Amino acid sequence: MKIRRGGIRMSNKTCLICQGTGCVSAGSREIHASLEKEIEQLGLSKDVKVKRTGCHGFCEQGPLVVVEPEGLFYAGVKVDDVPDIARSLSPQGEPLEEKPLYHDSATGNPITHYHDISFYNKQQRTVLQNCGNIDPEEIGDYLATGGYQSLRKALFEMSPGQIVDEVKRSGLRGLGGAGFPTWIKWEACQRAPGDEKYVICNADEGDPGAFQDRSILEGDPHSVLKGMIIAGYAIGARKGYVYVRAEYPLAIKRLEIAIDQARKKGFIGKSILDSNFSFDIEIFQGAGAFVCGEETALLASIEGKRGMPRPRPPFPAQSGLWGKPTLISNVKTYANIRWIVNKGADWFAGIGTEGCKGTAIFSLTGKIANSGIVEVPMGITLREIIYGIGGGIPGGKPFKAVQTGGPSGGCLPAELLDTPVDFDSLKAAGSMMGSGGMVVVDEDTCIVDLARYFVDFATKESCGECAPCRLGTNQMLDILNDIVEGKGEMEDIDILESLGMGIKKGSLCGLGQTAPNPVLTTLKYFREEYEEHIIEKKCRAKVCKDLIHFIIMPDRCTGCHICTKVCPVNAISGDPKQIHEIDQELCIKCGLCFEKCPPKFGAIEKNYGSKVMED
Amino acid sequence: MIKSTADIFSDFKGTEDDLIPVLQKVQENFGYLSQKSMMDVGRFLRIPTSKVWATATFYTQFRLKPIGEKHIMLCRGTACHVKGAPRILDEIELKLGITEGETSSDGKYSLESVACIGACGLAPCILINEDVKGRLTPKLVNKLFEDKERRDQDVE
Repeated sequence: MKIRRGGIRMSNKTCLICQGTGCVSAGSREIHASLEKEIEQLGLSKDVKVKRTGCHGFCEQGPLVVVEPEGLFYAGVKVDDVPDIARSLSPQGEPLEEKPLYHDSATGNPITHYHDISFYNKQQRTVLQNCGNIDPEEIGDYLATGGYQSLRKALFEMSPGQIVDEVKRSGLRGLGGAGFPTWIKWEACQRAPGDEKYVICNADEGDPGAFQDRSILEGDPHSVLKGMIIAGYAIGARKGYVYVRAEYPLAIKRLEIAIDQARKKGFIGKSILDSNFSFDIEIFQGAGAFVCGEETALLASIEGKRGMPRPRPPFPAQSGLWGKPTLISNVKTYANIRWIVNKGADWFAGIGTEGCKGTAIFSLTGKIANSGIVEVPMGITLREIIYGIGGGIPGGKPFKAVQTGGPSGGCLPAELLDTPVDFDSLKAAGSMMGSGGMVVVDEDTCIVDLARYFVDFATKESCGECAPCRLGTNQMLDILNDIVEGKGEMEDIDILESLGMGIKKGSLCGLGQTAPNPVLTTLKYFREEYEEHIIEKKCRAKVCKDLIHFIIMPDRCTGCHICTKVCPVNAISGDPKQIHEIDQELCIKCGLCFEKCPPKFGAIEKNYGSKVMED
Repeated sequence: MIKSTADIFSDFKGTEDDLIPVLQKVQENFGYLSQKSMMDVGRFLRIPTSKVWATATFYTQFRLKPIGEKHIMLCRGTACHVKGAPRILDEIELKLGITEGETSSDGKYSLESVACIGACGLAPCILINEDVKGRLTPKLVNKLFEDKERRDQDVE
């Protein structure tokens, strides 16, 4: 399938330079400045347009430059490459053939056009269609893609009831994680009495390992704003908030610009497009608390309180912000609204599976050749995403597990790679969609350590309100710490399981109810690794520090002294040109010597078992 | 330029729901939330200081102590974790001579870890003030930061 590039008419050449967080940190601002300069010097300014865009999704390859209309794709661009790129844009210029082309992760061959790259051509970019194609700081770009037309259609051709009905028929489910049918919230808010209602966009993307909400806000903020305005019209609200993490400064800046420009154009504010509907949107910066992704905690936070959840019912649709009916949905849910209004519910319902409509967006990261943001129709298998789009694991290492849904989700093993990716199938396997993190791990990751990592996260982020979550997760962490330190006992596994079930049943909000999932799924699918840690005191991934040791192989050590110099605790002894030795009592297992020993010697080995304990 | 708390408050209407935005502005100006500034906030919003304190300590964004010139936030997201963030943390701690949550005595560096900075494609990564540094290796960490010993010598 060929990817349509946003529908912008491009008469001349256009260079799209990614200015997402990933590419910016890789130096794309310098690339932009330098390319503009070069093009001016070559006198090509009239024919070649240089445009800053949002995230192209292929963050790993940044900085990215795409040349349209040909669809040329340059990856990992350096300032030194810019003169070559600029020259290639002249009427006589030829596309570059070597550097800085993208090289296929499997074959190593250079690929010139993005639509030939498997990372892109196996995706179905709907919500992300504009990301990477328009300048998110220019409303004109968004309007050129037909932006805000659906707002006109909604306001002048549809009644609020018809909009809710369309959302209902589309089958859209909340893309914040739980997959709750969107229309139920909309209908409840619409029917709720009173004329003071609120629309909130939950952009408190706190899941470690997920960044697609940030990319949408950075790359296509208007699509989210428009979804919120239409929602406001449908439920009868006059005010909306975007609750976005303060850790996302670029997303906040672009939202501010977008709101300002939309207000000037009359899409936000009083009497929108001269109708009798008024709606305003404000940004609220979340102050960093994972639990605020939970809707009632988010409301408490906007009201100026500690972000602690409260029991439901009443649901926010009945009694939300300041006790008024409130609609809360995720960024991606709002970004889908324009498609449902524009193209109709039937079109939308044609994508995906029986129970899960539309597309799913994942942040594909970890031990994966092509990491980045991918959008696929619901129902595609994990294997297609990881191997088809992600290009598998670098270095041809075997796949071990895929973690979806962050701290609320689970780890699925290779046997489940053919599981379809949708709300219900992932839940049945013990994991969840969550907010869309998909982290692939190989044999170098210790599953017990990974589970411990997530529980550690949950203990730090638990708000402390209810005992099962506050105390239970800490108990689980203590037990897991014992296991990774080689002090675990077999009965710990049973305790972990019963504790986990108890926390799930007894916790007040989604954080606690899902916090044991990483442990429960790994116990289900990777129990033998727990048992190895407990019985054999062995970490097969050689990650858990207390279960490994470093040793210098006398036959390979040349006495070069490199390791003795880097050891931070002076645990390595030996005169120059003499065989060195590590004092296992002093060694803190930082691994510095292992890394610094020149590969031609390779004299230091990382082995199973704690040497100190054996001695 | 550093404003007084009164200047900061003039942009707000002074109701309880202003608490978090006000605290954010105060911290933006002073770099942290001092006891005095929290009392000022309480007075301005007519809420007990205990409530200001309770809210400030709930959210990770708020700091009750001044931070170093270079504020290092180490990402502990999942992608960073599986790609070696713990090792990067060890290396930074060794290099700077401070542990997570501390500020170096010369006020140059402070080190914190954060849940996820959303640059997972560049894992493992850190944020230094507002700049993301990605694809870190222990070697790169060595290049990024000055040794504690060298800094100590500079002081002498």
